Amino acid sequence: MTMPLIFERSEAGRKAYSLPECDVPRKDVAELLPDWAVRKSAAALPEVSEVDLVRHYTKLSQRNHGVDVGFYPLGSCTMKYNPKVNEDAAALPGFTSLHPYQPEELVQGALELMYELGRYLCEIGGMDEATLQPAAGAHGELTGLMIIKAYHESRGDGAKRTKVIVPDSAHGTNPASAAFCGYKVVEVKSDARGGVDLDSLRAAMSDEVAALMLTNPNTLGLFDENIVEIAKIVHDAGGLLYYDGANMNAIMGIARPGDMGFDVLHFNLHKTFSTPHGGGGPGSGPVAVKKALAPFLPVPVVEKKDGKFVLDYDRPHSIGKVKAFYGNFNVMVKAYAYIRALGAKGLREASENAVLNANYLMRKLAPYYHLPYDRYCKHEFVLSAAYQLAAGVHTADIAKMLLDYGFHAPTVYFPLIVKEAIMVEPTETESKDTLDAFVSAMIEIAQLAEKDPEALHSAPHKMVVGRLDDVTAARRPVLRWRPREQANAK
Amino acid sequence: MYPQDLKYSEKHEWVRVEGELATVGITSFAQEQLGAIVGVGLPEEGAEVEQHAPLADLDSMKTADQVFAPVSGRVVKVNRALEEHPELINDDPYGDGWVAVIEMADPSELDGLMSAAEYEAFVAEEASKG
Repeated sequence: MTMPLIFERSEAGRKAYSLPECDVPRKDVAELLPDWAVRKSAAALPEVSEVDLVRHYTKLSQRNHGVDVGFYPLGSCTMKYNPKVNEDAAALPGFTSLHPYQPEELVQGALELMYELGRYLCEIGGMDEATLQPAAGAHGELTGLMIIKAYHESRGDGAKRTKVIVPDSAHGTNPASAAFCGYKVVEVKSDARGGVDLDSLRAAMSDEVAALMLTNPNTLGLFDENIVEIAKIVHDAGGLLYYDGANMNAIMGIARPGDMGFDVLHFNLHKTFSTPHGGGGPGSGPVAVKKALAPFLPVPVVEKKDGKFVLDYDRPHSIGKVKAFYGNFNVMVKAYAYIRALGAKGLREASENAVLNANYLMRKLAPYYHLPYDRYCKHEFVLSAAYQLAAGVHTADIAKMLLDYGFHAPTVYFPLIVKEAIMVEPTETESKDTLDAFVSAMIEIAQLAEKDPEALHSAPHKMVVGRLDDVTAARRPVLRWRPREQANAK
Repeated sequence: MYPQDLKYSEKHEWVRVEGELATVGITSFAQEQLGAIVGVGLPEEGAEVEQHAPLADLDSMKTADQVFAPVSGRVVKVNRALEEHPELINDDPYGDGWVAVIEMADPSELDGLMSAAEYEAFVAEEASKG
């Protein structure tokens, strides 16, 4: 069932706004702006009444799936439920009415919150100092790599160290961030247990390597038990270790990247620390570092001096600012509220339940779906549609069918080292009932793959639209609406 | 199964040699593994490439991958048609789906590539590894 676009609802003369009488002198726009800046004909904006406008967007919103609507086991994305009380905290007028140019003495509360949050993150990550500026995960990666680069340069080692090592199971952003930072990316293989292959790593290591980027647990949801040996191999050759905090939800209060030997780490506050995400943000990707790297953090750093909180710009080795002002402050408020509400014990329990839920699902599904790495997982695990492939059923078919059961599909075709991958991350906030309902759906789908593969090929059947032609959508995207006569002329 | 007149790389590129010129594309096996290709990033004509270095970028519905240069040399021609019609790689990998022509710097590099029969055995081996 398609619905008309807002443009197609347009009728000349209708309007959804009512403006008050103008109480300043009217001026012709042509007097105020240069000729080139004044448009010659009116913009073709849709003209609709207020109620039609409200209904249009409300209907669109009802077609969305979100964590507040249903289970969302999107692997590697930590789509957990975010308590609404944290939204209340972030909406307090004392926070929302701040102006970034207010003098320090008038924003002591906000600075204290930032300072304390930085301390908490360092404690959770086993690091010494942090910046809250980066706007999201990949921005954190870039910031962390710039800090690493500045560190090597300060030691006269910068020109020589031109490579960053990334395992073949890494998040795609890792090699992208390294390349963006001017590094040559070297890929190392995974071993049979899903960890970094130590021989490949040793072979790739040299004094040209600036850093190894790693997620632990990795994208298979597996903890790399060789991490101490890995850290030694990298450090012995003068390289640094970067921790991608995307999977932090697995280890809070249990293991700390700093203790594993990592030198830099980014957090995804919008994944792990209670900010709804997806759809463009805002997110927040704080970066925490060991002491040796602290001089290179972006300015300003929030410091505590004589009982007052100050913005410290006096860091001559800083890589500079990476974002306007101080980062996405309201996301920091939510993370602060979340951490304070749960406390150390609560954070540990969150990770324990995330891991328990993942292992429960994995064991329930393993009889029906191929489990390429059969060992305890952390917060997520990766299945494969290898059994179903025999009947011509692909991962994409399974993912589409799940929509009919009211579930968002897991992450599919990632990580790349597993063919027909299905990556499931239930998170800690789901009940056993929800997990069991998901298991039932997955078992029914596995049975359907044997009995009636055609039903899966044409899935979904209960959505407002059926199977979309995603290939044509990618090859020939229609990116904007055009009036019918223009579209036809084209 | 694979055209006899071509040479093959372990990264699943094929090479058609005509004098000093090597036309490069990806094999039917590679395009099948990638699935529907939806975007191709071509190199600049005139660019120098090293053997095994990235030559072109491929976006498919499943993943992003690269075409690696099976031989070193200078890129003398690229298949501009792929920019508008990336599906040519899926539909006709050895014909209209060619990617680039390289003027070879060292034709002896061809000796390190595989014949059709060798490549077929190589693919079977890869597949058995899962």
